[in-house]
Amino acid sequence: MKTIFRFVIKEFQQFKRDPKMFGINLIAPVIQLIFLGYAANLDVENIKMVVFDQNRTSISREFINRFTSSGYFEIVDYVQSYKELEKTLNQADAILGLVISRDFEKKIERNEPSELQAIFEGSDGNQASIAAGYVQSIVFGFSEDIIADYTDHSGRKISPAGNLKAEVRVWYNPDMKTRNYMVPGIVGLLVSVITLLLTSLAVVKEKEIGTMEQLIVTPIKPYQLIAGKLIPFTVLGLLSVIIVLLAMRIIFNIPVKGSELFLLLSSFFYILSTLGLGLFISTISKTQQQAMMIAIFAVMMPMIFLSGFAFPIENMPEIIQYISYVIPLKYFNIIIRGVILKGLGFADLWINALILLLMGAVILFFSAVRFKSRLE
Amino acid sequence: MLHRIYAIAKKEFRQLKRDKRLLFVIFLFPVMLLVMFGYAVNFDVKHVKIAIYDQEKSSLSRDFINSLLQSEYFDLVDMVTSEGEINKYLDEKLAQCVIVIPNDLSEKLYSNREVKIQYLIDGVDGNTANIISNYANLATITFSQKFSGEILAVKGVKQYKPIKLDPQFWFNPELKTSKFLVPGLIAMILIVTAVISVALSLVKEKERGTIEQINVSPLSSLELILGKSLPFVLIALINAGIILIASYFLFGSEVKGSLLLLFLTTLVFLIASTSLGIFISIVSDSQQVAFTFATFISLLPSFILSGFIFPIDSMPVAVQIITNISPVKFFLKILRAIMLRGVGIEAYWDQLIYLGIFITVLLVLGTIINKRKSQSA
Repeated sequence: MKTIFRFVIKEFQQFKRDPKMFGINLIAPVIQLIFLGYAANLDVENIKMVVFDQNRTSISREFINRFTSSGYFEIVDYVQSYKELEKTLNQADAILGLVISRDFEKKIERNEPSELQAIFEGSDGNQASIAAGYVQSIVFGFSEDIIADYTDHSGRKISPAGNLKAEVRVWYNPDMKTRNYMVPGIVGLLVSVITLLLTSLAVVKEKEIGTMEQLIVTPIKPYQLIAGKLIPFTVLGLLSVIIVLLAMRIIFNIPVKGSELFLLLSSFFYILSTLGLGLFISTISKTQQQAMMIAIFAVMMPMIFLSGFAFPIENMPEIIQYISYVIPLKYFNIIIRGVILKGLGFADLWINALILLLMGAVILFFSAVRFKSRLE
Repeated sequence: MLHRIYAIAKKEFRQLKRDKRLLFVIFLFPVMLLVMFGYAVNFDVKHVKIAIYDQEKSSLSRDFINSLLQSEYFDLVDMVTSEGEINKYLDEKLAQCVIVIPNDLSEKLYSNREVKIQYLIDGVDGNTANIISNYANLATITFSQKFSGEILAVKGVKQYKPIKLDPQFWFNPELKTSKFLVPGLIAMILIVTAVISVALSLVKEKERGTIEQINVSPLSSLELILGKSLPFVLIALINAGIILIASYFLFGSEVKGSLLLLFLTTLVFLIASTSLGIFISIVSDSQQVAFTFATFISLLPSFILSGFIFPIDSMPVAVQIITNISPVKFFLKILRAIMLRGVGIEAYWDQLIYLGIFITVLLVLGTIINKRKSQSA
């Protein structure tokens, strides 16, 4: 025990001697948080549109006004021909091209349906489909008003039948801000980077510099060596969780609705598996360069993309959904979001915590065995 | 000068050839990533899991439920039988949306009044919630119009729709997100391999002390840098080719525009990435520091700030200005223009100029810092 303690102190002293590295590791989380919080935003606002108004009457202008006053659209240009419209969309200067037909007003007066073309620059399918939804509801609202007007003129009720209305209520995140989804996810991301990447680097560095051999000839036992290397990173990882939670509260006003204690405990369980993976990477790489490449491409990126950090797992093809079951970060993300956004606790999430603990124990055990046999 | 650069490049190639593991990683993982992400990175919302709380259980409410389930957008997971259960479905993520049909549905509809159908949506993922709420509105309106149309038909009145909306989606008619994201993946993989490998291979010489041996040789630092970067630019170019071919076969993403322009612009982008790598190698002394810088400067911004996934137009203005630190932002506009829209250079020449400015600024800054460092040393 004492040996491990001394070893841990030595590791911390090494941190202190490399202040550049240490600073990066503590400041980086906050910077990342700010960037992700403000920039990682799928909310579709300020949709740029061009209008080709062939009608140019008060009613077509009123219709166009509906778009600008909705707050979602911003008219970048009025064009006079299809060719100009096409050019604007080709250069991606606008996402939506609205074409109002020459007889827009006439047809409405005659109670005939008038055609409205909405051309989307669909490269970004997500943006285009959300924008199309907005267009649809504006058109629908405008139509309803026209029908109501028309009823008054003729004095006869044209819409005598009842109708259905959707009353949408969004739980947990009423403004549907992506920020509330992304920012808690960063907790998992950061913990992974700090524990997984830095562990593998720290171990490989000793190998590369040759100090590993010096450690092997000392009376330190392999398990003491492993524990001494891993404990500092566990502390750093948990520290970064606390920093991020605080920053989240202060900067983005996203409080933790559930139990912080359960969150920290689950973070610890999760860290077990990332430490294990870090250790494993250190056993298969000879140089820091290799370790970094493997850590980033083979472990970090799949973990980030397949864990539901930014991309909902429900939308993935089934085969990929199965792969996501073996990714520890997936369960950690469920816990993080459940605790922070929904205010859930141990009673609802214990299964995920248990899976994390088991995964962590297994991964760490096998990596430690492999590490040990490599040492000898 | 040329033969010395060539010699350094040859030496670098030999070293690379000996590092089988690194080569393996550089060539194989990008394709693996492309496969995984092309399928996984996906915002297409289909098969929304719904639970329905039908308080009325009439033939009309069943009609409504059927109309929901006929579309491929909604998948019924369960019928809810009591108010108290609703929480459970959303809390435990059993359903993404719970639909509540009130018990006076038929009564109100047949007496010509308005009925509200409640949609309770799990909003944790705001983007998906937004799309689900679009579907909900559309499904309700469609059913409502069908219903009133039928009632009106009985009374002998024709239903009047003032505006017939004709939405068209150019360049990506099925609105697949994978088509949109493949160019972004290409750019990201390229910059990560280029920046990290160039920065690390230069810093490695510093760390090992072999840079001093090179310093006393007749090589100029320009020749050294060019010679060291050349192999990685070549490798990245080959990588770009592999990724393009793979994404054609896997996702059917064709290059609509000119291949020659694609090659030339990729080369410009790679030069920009390499200069970023060189810049990082100048400011950092150890591989670990270089690596951390490289991830922060290349990986993170190209993921978050480049418009790869998150639309730049939706960011706050201050962040929009910061997005200019990522060369991926400019290259991505070019890539998407060539690959998706198939337009010519007139649509993106300005982005090429930005890339040029980016390269110049980095190299000038790098040279200044390098001079200061060697003077103080």
